[in-house]
Amino acid sequence: MRTNSVSLFRSMAAAAMLAPAMLMAQVQLTGAGATFPGPIYTKWFDEYHNAHPQVQINYQAIGSGGGIRQVTEGTVDFGASDGPMTETQLNDYKAKRGSEVLHFPTVIGADVPIYNVPGVASALKFTQAALAGIYLGTITKWNDPAIAGPNKGVKLPAMDIVVVHRSDGSGTTYIWTDFLSKASGEWKAKVGTNTSPNWPVGLGGAQNVGVAGLVKQTEGAIGYVELTYALGAKISYGDVQNASGEFVAATLASVSAAAASAAANMPDDFRVSITNPAGKNAYPISSFTWLLIPSKIADPAKKKAIVDFLKWAIADGQNSNEALSYAKLPKEVVAREMKAISKIQ
Amino acid sequence: MASAEAVTVQSEARAPGSKNGARAFALRFFSGDEIARALVTIASAFILLVTVLLVYELWINSHLAREKFGWHFLVTQIWDPNAGQFGALAFMYGTVVTSVLALLIAVPLGVGSAIFLSELAPPKVSNALTFCIELLAAVPSVIYGLLGVFVLMPMIKQYLHPVLKGTLGWTPLFSGPFYGPSMLVAGIVLAVMILPFIVSVSRQVLLAVPNDQREGALALGATKWESTWKVVVPFAQRGIYGSVFLALARSLGETMAVTMVIGNTPQIKASLFAPGYSIASVIANEFTEATYDLYVHSLIELGLVLFALTIIINGLARLLVNSTAKFSVSST
Repeated sequence: MRTNSVSLFRSMAAAAMLAPAMLMAQVQLTGAGATFPGPIYTKWFDEYHNAHPQVQINYQAIGSGGGIRQVTEGTVDFGASDGPMTETQLNDYKAKRGSEVLHFPTVIGADVPIYNVPGVASALKFTQAALAGIYLGTITKWNDPAIAGPNKGVKLPAMDIVVVHRSDGSGTTYIWTDFLSKASGEWKAKVGTNTSPNWPVGLGGAQNVGVAGLVKQTEGAIGYVELTYALGAKISYGDVQNASGEFVAATLASVSAAAASAAANMPDDFRVSITNPAGKNAYPISSFTWLLIPSKIADPAKKKAIVDFLKWAIADGQNSNEALSYAKLPKEVVAREMKAISKIQ
Repeated sequence: MASAEAVTVQSEARAPGSKNGARAFALRFFSGDEIARALVTIASAFILLVTVLLVYELWINSHLAREKFGWHFLVTQIWDPNAGQFGALAFMYGTVVTSVLALLIAVPLGVGSAIFLSELAPPKVSNALTFCIELLAAVPSVIYGLLGVFVLMPMIKQYLHPVLKGTLGWTPLFSGPFYGPSMLVAGIVLAVMILPFIVSVSRQVLLAVPNDQREGALALGATKWESTWKVVVPFAQRGIYGSVFLALARSLGETMAVTMVIGNTPQIKASLFAPGYSIASVIANEFTEATYDLYVHSLIELGLVLFALTIIINGLARLLVNSTAKFSVSST
């Protein structure tokens, strides 16, 4: 009897102590999607939870395809994707959920060309036509005039080019093929933009590490990896010619510059490709990655949590980007997104 | 002790059982017999249920691809998600070629070392080596993949490739350039991965061969090797085949290690130096980013194809075994 009453007393005391915390209702948000921004999202959700303990956000980096599917099925509160949703997918969403889905750019990713050419130590310059030709299989030797032209003074061997690409479907490949589609009409017609296209030539390596490993081991190889990965693994990479004809090295600054110059003619739904933008300093192979947010959120607590988080992520959250090698959103884009957030009802 | 009691209870129950079935059933029930029977029946039914559910789900979720492509899915080589064109042939080819290559390497090595471990090695050495080999089975496949990329590929490029090219380069199997990722490397990595299955199971069945078989052969004047090869191994051959089936199933379905070394190029090339692609690899590579229904359904249909392929290959292998087993029995 005594133990019972003691434990009853204890639980009452515990309940009394917990009561204030329980009044501040816990909000649990679940999201799923792209793997590329996974690390920065995890960091954001962590930081945001520390600052706002009542909001807990779980994110599953299951891939863009999975993110789009799950947000369409309504099994998650928000999705994330490295490529914008297509018209068909938007219509599908409307049919299933009876409302719109909004795209919000969060960070910017970029791809860089890496290569292994014996005797070449300096950064090679690649014209857009050269990269497209190499990946189409029409340029097969390193001393091809298309490559040698802008690299005066570099002695390029008459070696076969071994093309390496990502084998797993990824946002990295999406950005790369999107750039090639703009660089070459032939690429656009034959291959197109996709997370895993039907490659005309080349070997597939799994993940960034697989591509980098293959390039490192194979003389004459060329591949592409995310800028974040190249910076983290300290791999040297080539400069790429932009729309103004300048050869630009990818840096976090030149990637942000690309987004800033694309901001001028950005559509209201942010579904825009920013590869190959105008601007002298803009690096041409970059892309936003998006959060996919339903325009109608029935639960007011959840709605408030999502809106508050979004406002934080595109402003304060951006300060965490560069430590993890993600490029910041330019001010112009942040300002437009702040306005667009009011569309969430 | 408990089992001995159960036996006595059961034998008591059996006698009146002929007169009174219900009473006998109750007796058997309370002695635990019926409960045990029900439990094991449920267990095996559960496995059947899982298999049926698996096929059902694969079937239902691949209907778009099946309706659109029909049987052409199996004979088309094009895999172009951008154009909505999907065919499984290149993946089926890569899966079968790498698995066959793996078996060609692993079976002689595996059965050979199993014979050594069970028949020739001193028990202490045998136990220690077996422990090491079984540890191999516990290595995660991503580790095998990384070893393949960073150790095996450079080694093959430097040592094995020039030799193969020099001696067998005139055959289509070993022609063309070698960049690293290839069906050859995938086959070798798979061979290493399935070795422990073959060695461990084969050694167990060889050890289970009754000693009087060996003694009988020796008494008839056979040498040690004759007794091993002509008596012990044929006695254990069904078990050895069983270990090979297990290994084959494993290699057909292996995903991570293969995708890291096979080159992931959906093409059909006779040369083992050329990159290829396997069914399990393409599913793992592309499922997460498959953004439209037909694409997803095609990938799921690939899963169905892999399932069917495994059943067919296993069935063929079993037929082969049954025919040779009959032959060996009649010839001895």
